[in-house]
Amino acid sequence: MDRRHELSGAGRAAAWALAAAVPAAFLVVFFAWPAATLVARGFHDDTGWTLDGFRSVFTSRRTWQAVGFTLWSSATATVLCLLLGVPGAALLFRRTFPGRAQLRAAVTIPFVLPTVVVGVAFGSLLQPGGLLGGLGLDGTPVAILAAMVFFNYSVVVRTVGTFWARLDPRLADAAATLGHSPVRVFLTVTLPALAPALVSAGSLVFLFSASSYGIVMVLGESRFRTIETEIWFLTTQLLDLPGAAALSITQLVIVTILLWWGGRAQGNLTRALKLQPDVLAARPFRASHDWPLAAVTGAVVVGLLGLPLADLVWRALHPGGEFSLGNFTLLATDTSLGTGLWAALRTSLVTATAATGLAVTLGVLVALVASRRPRRRRARHALATLEAMFLLPLGVSAVTVGFGYLITLNRPPLDLRSSIVLIPIAQAVVALPLVVRTLLPTLRAVDPRQLEAAATLGSSPFAVLRRVELPHLGRGLGLAVGFAFATSLGEFGATSFLARPDNPTLPVLIFRAFGRPGADNYGMALAASVVLAGLAGIAMALAERVRPREVATW
Amino acid sequence: MYRPVLAVAALASAASLAACTGATAADNGTTEPETTAITVFTHDAFTLPDELTAQFTADTGYEVTYTTPGDSGALVNQLILTKDSPLADVVVGIDNTFASRARDEGVLSPYVSPAADDVPDEFASADLTPFDYGDVCINADKVWFDAEGLEIPATLDDLTDPAYRDLLSVTNPASSSPGLAFLIATVGEKGDGYLDYWQELKDNGIKVSPSWTDAYYTDFSGAGGEGPRPLVLSYATSPAFTVADGESSTVALLDTCFRQVEYAGVVAGTEHEEAARAYIDFLLSADVQAATPENLYMFPVVPGTPVPEDWASFAMLPDNPIDVEQDVIGEQRDEWIRAWTDAMS
Repeated sequence: MDRRHELSGAGRAAAWALAAAVPAAFLVVFFAWPAATLVARGFHDDTGWTLDGFRSVFTSRRTWQAVGFTLWSSATATVLCLLLGVPGAALLFRRTFPGRAQLRAAVTIPFVLPTVVVGVAFGSLLQPGGLLGGLGLDGTPVAILAAMVFFNYSVVVRTVGTFWARLDPRLADAAATLGHSPVRVFLTVTLPALAPALVSAGSLVFLFSASSYGIVMVLGESRFRTIETEIWFLTTQLLDLPGAAALSITQLVIVTILLWWGGRAQGNLTRALKLQPDVLAARPFRASHDWPLAAVTGAVVVGLLGLPLADLVWRALHPGGEFSLGNFTLLATDTSLGTGLWAALRTSLVTATAATGLAVTLGVLVALVASRRPRRRRARHALATLEAMFLLPLGVSAVTVGFGYLITLNRPPLDLRSSIVLIPIAQAVVALPLVVRTLLPTLRAVDPRQLEAAATLGSSPFAVLRRVELPHLGRGLGLAVGFAFATSLGEFGATSFLARPDNPTLPVLIFRAFGRPGADNYGMALAASVVLAGLAGIAMALAERVRPREVATW
Repeated sequence: MYRPVLAVAALASAASLAACTGATAADNGTTEPETTAITVFTHDAFTLPDELTAQFTADTGYEVTYTTPGDSGALVNQLILTKDSPLADVVVGIDNTFASRARDEGVLSPYVSPAADDVPDEFASADLTPFDYGDVCINADKVWFDAEGLEIPATLDDLTDPAYRDLLSVTNPASSSPGLAFLIATVGEKGDGYLDYWQELKDNGIKVSPSWTDAYYTDFSGAGGEGPRPLVLSYATSPAFTVADGESSTVALLDTCFRQVEYAGVVAGTEHEEAARAYIDFLLSADVQAATPENLYMFPVVPGTPVPEDWASFAMLPDNPIDVEQDVIGEQRDEWIRAWTDAMS
């Protein structure tokens, strides 16, 4: 290696460091600093530093109940999602059949629905007299788990499916040719190869479940509490910052342990896999062979995802018990909610587009940096830490970050508290981890020999990046954009907290209409929920189509 | 390495864009006659027709921006949290269950609008201006009770009668302002025995939902959602929104009510004290008071303000709502909520 190469090596390292610094700075300013400041205030009273919060919180029985229920419900929901999601991923990404793209888009709709809508849809199904009232699930942990799976099913299907679609089928085919049963081939060949995507999807589902506030509150009927609901209660209602800070630290410790474990597992499990364009790997659906996949997925899609959505649509179309489009025409023309539907739609689309641009730009940088394969151990550790850092926003309470904004972003040049700019920023903080998690497994799995071969043949590192890695990245990009857009579209927590009443997004408008008495308001809220669900479906369907040109692999 | 560079450029341009808008605002301040812009901090149920706010701006020259951080409790707590660098100039919608907390924490600059002189004494406050009020009461679905041939309950004690088992839905006082009002009503009626009373409600199959929306639309049989429970915690005005063919299908139980009074106040540390006061005066103007029922679902405080026809006939006003002193609420509210949460889970 001559001098010139060494120099360019140092330059490369500096360029990568810069690429990491931009998203890291974003995360520090809009997430870490606000959250840490609020937590620090809990440990610092007028006289000095104190750990009273820990003492009062951890001597209370309710804290341990909350910690226990959080771990139990999130772990169970994660396992359920994986068990149900893997057949779904196989059907929707390894088989071809008419309507596949539409079905892929449809299963993502629950993911973007605000909890107030899910509460109405699920609650009315499960309560006595509802369609599923006979099951007696109303107010039980089973109802909470069902809603968590309802929300997160598509995370598993899509994360695992995108990865699976591009797994070289020849290995499994070879095993099958050698006489192994399909189950055995799946367990010994396919499943280990899928492990990185399973870990990735599983940790996302766990984080989403552990930090869900609305589901536990609505379907748990105040009988159950989680760390998240306790933090909300202590912060927004009691302003008990010491107690909330102690719980936030607890939440952080749990999330950190999980991410550390997940990162390690992923590192150990990821083998360089030969990835294929999915057109090659998918084959036509054959009922005789694929019926178990179809049965499981059909049951989930119809029973768990379809029923609540259908209930919502049916209610929206039957004001006063008879079929009518009245709710929709009223929604399109009414302005009594402070803003009409069209203005809210525009606000929603504009902020979601801005948030998506921000999250995807930063997410691509993070994914590229985190997928480097440095030889030095320390550099590898630094990358693992960087990656984990970007998942933290999913594991830390929205209320901690939101209240943190109030006491940090409060002075020029960063007095953004009542600025409309803060909405896409807050949404991007939430969408960024999803983007990173969607892109990383694809990049990690690029065959190192492919990179080395390119380099050996004289390609500059830049050319390798451009010709080999970016095309791979591009294939995951459609999904990343779709998820980011859908997340921002449905985001309610941070938005409701920041939105100005004269400029509501669609979820805020829905929340407002549901908060008012009268058949018209109820009807408009239902109709607006259907519009939001439809919009999310369209966004995901478009993301499916926005794919770069097929890339030849070898 | 064009991608990182591009991103840096994008970010830098975003930053300079922000800087530019900041600069423009500052320039305007020096070159044009200054227009005062005030921020009104309010809860998420507060909306006024745009025309009224526009009229205020036309009359006074003060521009208004509304910010909604959550419910009434979150409103006060955020004011306390941001005491050193106030978020807003005016706060609208602190109710009598949270007013003493705001007062004790010193986040208010005392102001009572002269327009509040006519307001009945029961609403008066030394440092805040009342602008609307309403009662939180149990509502009953008359149609359901008629069909079942069951008498509609009247008092808090009736609600623990096994005849009404599994019929009532209320909201969580830790996450909903009517829920807190009802908890205070039970304290006012039962004193120290309020937790025993809640235990009886629990034994009688009460359902606790997190918000008014869930209780009223999902649980309650008498509203759009057609849920299974014919008794729900709502407002005394709610029957005015279930009117068909000249009759309301629901009724409020007037012996179960707690009166909420909403106040507006000047935020301590504001640079626009005059403008803030003008906005509060505006809330008591005839136009805004007349708009209160249809926009805020509360009664106007200024006597003689006309109310809509359905309200005159069906929105109810209890003669003797259950009363608890504001100072007592201020001292013990957190304790009640904590004890309630422990008892009910």
